[in-house]
Amino acid sequence: MCGIVGLFLKNPGLHPELGFHLAAMLGVMSDRGPDSAGFAVYGSSQADHVKLTLRAASAVEIREAVAALGKAGAGDLDSVFHDTHAVVSVPLAREQEVRLLIARDSRVTLVGVGARMELFKEVGLPEQVAKRFELSGMSGTHGIGHTRMATESAVTTRGAHPFSTGKDQCLVHNGSLSNHCGVRRFLSREGLTFETDNDSEVAAGFLTWRMQQGASLEQALTDSLADLDGFFTFVVGTESGFAVLRDPISCKPAVMAETDDYVAFGSEYRALAVLPNAGKARVFEPEPARVYAWELR
Amino acid sequence: MRSVDLEESSVRELNGELHRLTPETNETRWVIEHPQGKHAIACGLDAPVTVEVKGHVGYYCAGMNKHATIVIHGNAGVGVAENMVSGEVRVKGDASQAAGATGVGGLLVIEGNASARCGISMKGIDIVVKGSIGPMSAFMAQAGTLVVFGDAGEALGDSIYEARLFVRGSVASLGADCIEKPLSDEDKVILREVLERAGLSAGSDGGPDGFRLYGSARKLYHFHVDNVDAY
Repeated sequence: MCGIVGLFLKNPGLHPELGFHLAAMLGVMSDRGPDSAGFAVYGSSQADHVKLTLRAASAVEIREAVAALGKAGAGDLDSVFHDTHAVVSVPLAREQEVRLLIARDSRVTLVGVGARMELFKEVGLPEQVAKRFELSGMSGTHGIGHTRMATESAVTTRGAHPFSTGKDQCLVHNGSLSNHCGVRRFLSREGLTFETDNDSEVAAGFLTWRMQQGASLEQALTDSLADLDGFFTFVVGTESGFAVLRDPISCKPAVMAETDDYVAFGSEYRALAVLPNAGKARVFEPEPARVYAWELR
Repeated sequence: MRSVDLEESSVRELNGELHRLTPETNETRWVIEHPQGKHAIACGLDAPVTVEVKGHVGYYCAGMNKHATIVIHGNAGVGVAENMVSGEVRVKGDASQAAGATGVGGLLVIEGNASARCGISMKGIDIVVKGSIGPMSAFMAQAGTLVVFGDAGEALGDSIYEARLFVRGSVASLGADCIEKPLSDEDKVILREVLERAGLSAGSDGGPDGFRLYGSARKLYHFHVDNVDAY
């Protein structure tokens, strides 16, 4: 089944509350996807720096691994730890060097990279996953989240959403794609690499590929309608963008709420009911095969 | 009047109370506060009571309704009034997918828009939508009336049997075996009667003449002798 949520804040006054609201939305969607959960938050950025989100098997191991990276030559890393994950801020000039060190350490996995994006995912009840990562204390402009009921691949952290295949780009997906193997082969020839056999990662990769070629997020999603086959509702984040797309027969549920303060997406209205002034929001169901996109001003 | 706050009671408790009502009950008016998009609110009612829901509801609200009148002051999630037998369900806002699915009787009025698959497999229910309806509506519709003041999405009435589909706006496309039909006097009487039950005067909201009728070409569900070789 799966549940997906997204929140894009138009009112900067709400930025400190982004994580609080996203956590509440994820919690409500627990019964659509109790296996695992994940979320991405677009927070602050530092000039000429990139944020690397790293994951290890335990909270102890991630600390050991980041310390080891420092000793191995990465130096004193500016790190923030959240349970099994660490967000490490690295000067852009040293990004490749640090990523090489990360690739050599079998204990750590690079979950996401971006100027603003931080990405967390774990197996477990979504409400608890959000607590472990202290989501409710995070601030930012927009975020997306996912609660997973696995159908296509195993219940592992690797298989949890969001999937990130490009800097500051990530996607959550409700549904299943039927031509992901073919699209993955095509994208691999185009130079993209995939961490999993998951169909949703292919959708993320497709959008990354189109955006690498110069397409806007909106255009990339429009193109996906021609090339991705199957059931999907996608919610996608980029450094400054937030977008929603449903397949042409709107197989998977979706509802949105918009006020002067925010645009919110939920698999069900229940997930939106927890937001401030939800009762006064314009609530609408996104039409099939129509791209809805918002950009930060 | 009975008032139930779903921030204090569960949907199960509410539905349990509603199910225990007898046809002679004096508790004929119920108000539900804070539905918050919860599922299966006021499902399976069979007493002649009126239930007003003050807000947006989740999936399958007013499903399997019999005799009751249920008014939703907000939007409805997937499958509102699905499998309704009799009574009336009115949605003041928009309805999600599969509104009125498989209904065998009663009246469903949606004052906003309905999304995909409105009236799918309808079997006698009357559905009136003041706005527009989404794609694949009235798929395999068997009996009943679907009246749409706005537009209809792609593949209206695909594989339809004998339901009548009245649309005043545009139709994006017709599904397999669904065709436009001339509006007979009998059809106009049926349309006017449904509109009156929905509380929409034929004059102000457009009389029967403003509507086009769509129905079955009857080529899919009748055996055609050209297919005899298949047996």
